[in-house]
Amino acid sequence: MASPLKCDLCDNQATVHLTQIVNHKVHKVDLCESCAQAKGVTDPSGFSLADLLLKASLNPEPSAAAGLRCEQCGFVPEDFKKTGRLGCPQCYESLTGLVDPMLENMHKGTHHVGKMPERAIERKSLHDRLNALETNLKSAIDAEQYEDAAKFRDEIVQVREAAGLPVSSS
Amino acid sequence: MSTAFEKIIAAPAELTDNRDSKCPVVLMTRIRLARNLANHRFPGRADPAEREEILQRCQESLAGTPGLKRSTSVRIEDLNPQERQLLVERHLISRELSGSTVGGGVVINRDQSVSVMVNEEDHLRIQVLRTGFQFRKAWALIDSLDTALEQSLDYAFSPKLGYLTACPTNLGTGMRASAMMHLPALVIAGQMEKVVRAVNQLGIVVRGLFGEGSDASGSIFQISNQTTLGEAEAVIVKRLQNVLKSIVEHELNARDRLLENDPAKLPDKIGRAFGVLRNAHLISSSEAMNLLSLVRLGVDLGYFPEDHRVGVDRLFIEAQPGHIRRRAGRSEIDSDERDRLRAEQLRCEFAKFSSPGYNNLADA
Repeated sequence: MASPLKCDLCDNQATVHLTQIVNHKVHKVDLCESCAQAKGVTDPSGFSLADLLLKASLNPEPSAAAGLRCEQCGFVPEDFKKTGRLGCPQCYESLTGLVDPMLENMHKGTHHVGKMPERAIERKSLHDRLNALETNLKSAIDAEQYEDAAKFRDEIVQVREAAGLPVSSS
Repeated sequence: MSTAFEKIIAAPAELTDNRDSKCPVVLMTRIRLARNLANHRFPGRADPAEREEILQRCQESLAGTPGLKRSTSVRIEDLNPQERQLLVERHLISRELSGSTVGGGVVINRDQSVSVMVNEEDHLRIQVLRTGFQFRKAWALIDSLDTALEQSLDYAFSPKLGYLTACPTNLGTGMRASAMMHLPALVIAGQMEKVVRAVNQLGIVVRGLFGEGSDASGSIFQISNQTTLGEAEAVIVKRLQNVLKSIVEHELNARDRLLENDPAKLPDKIGRAFGVLRNAHLISSSEAMNLLSLVRLGVDLGYFPEDHRVGVDRLFIEAQPGHIRRRAGRSEIDSDERDRLRAEQLRCEFAKFSSPGYNNLADA
């Protein structure tokens, strides 16, 4: 037997069911009578409805997200259910199973279009490149391939110089 | 009161003193960007030490940003509850930030048109306010501020998901653009519900004066984009602008229709509002909002001189409880006393107002 629908905001039985279509996407909320009243659903001019329906798309699918955990900050899907917010930027990668299904209904698209932080991206790619070179350098030294090591060292100097970073021989 | 706070509050402000760009229907334009620092937990999950570190890092960068050179930076914990409320009433900080503990901060520029909240829902909430309908100017300013900040701050960004925010509803551009709209005729004609429904279909949200969960006293509504991911900023703003323009048109039509069908109704409401504002001795803040709203409508209809609009818009803010308390110079006054002081201030302001002229009624 199917269990009766629970209210999205508390654990009472839901008796008020709302459906709204925004950008051809369906948003649904199920509420008990007192929550519906409290949220102004029964108020004919109730413009707080949109907020409520938007929040409804924040209800994660429990199955896809079970057992996920952000290795960076320890965030788990249950935390999201409590606050509607994630723990850290890394969560978006660690908890894709939780986030991705929500995004479909929430936004116009699932890929970013628009402004990008050019300088931050440059800095990150520079940082990644230098890290990779340092790693290569270290493994070349460990393997006693000094010709390669010299090549990597020169490259590191070049990259650092080009970026205006201090060239220290460490 | 702290001196930093006084410095912010005492200066002439964009919202209350800029008379150049005041216009009918649209009170103000606002754009905000949500930004976070890479490799830090979001404010809601960060411990006090990390929040403190984030605040210092951001304050440092903000202080060095062109355009914020003469701004003032305060920590929320250094402000008393009255001061916090004053900032909320001026739309400079959110209710959420006003309740924050360790590490909450705000940087505000000289004319209060730019405010940057630190450690609210996201590490940074950059906001630009302009009086009137000014999306192009507001975007140009916030875009350059954001670009300048990014020179020294590593934003959390993913090529696929855009700017990473604490709540997935702000993901992508992290941008919320909104206009504060004064829609008395649509409210009087009972058409607001229809408008709200129609714009919701287009991914546009309608809220009350102070955002989520607030009521629409004074017939003032905040109308903004709902979605942030999948479209460029310019596209989002363009669509919002188009919707807002059509709402302005609907409002103006509703005014014409009210005047046509019942020529005495609006002038009567406006004249009565003026009479009460000029003579009352006790006014609650919501009554004040509704009366001021009618006077603003009166300015739009030509019953009062155009230059009275700036005064009404200033009083929308100064009639709020926090501002009344500040004028009284006392932190604790009960609501009856507040209603008395509010009425006193309004009587004094409206004594300087020209009486309404209804000469143009014949043309209506």
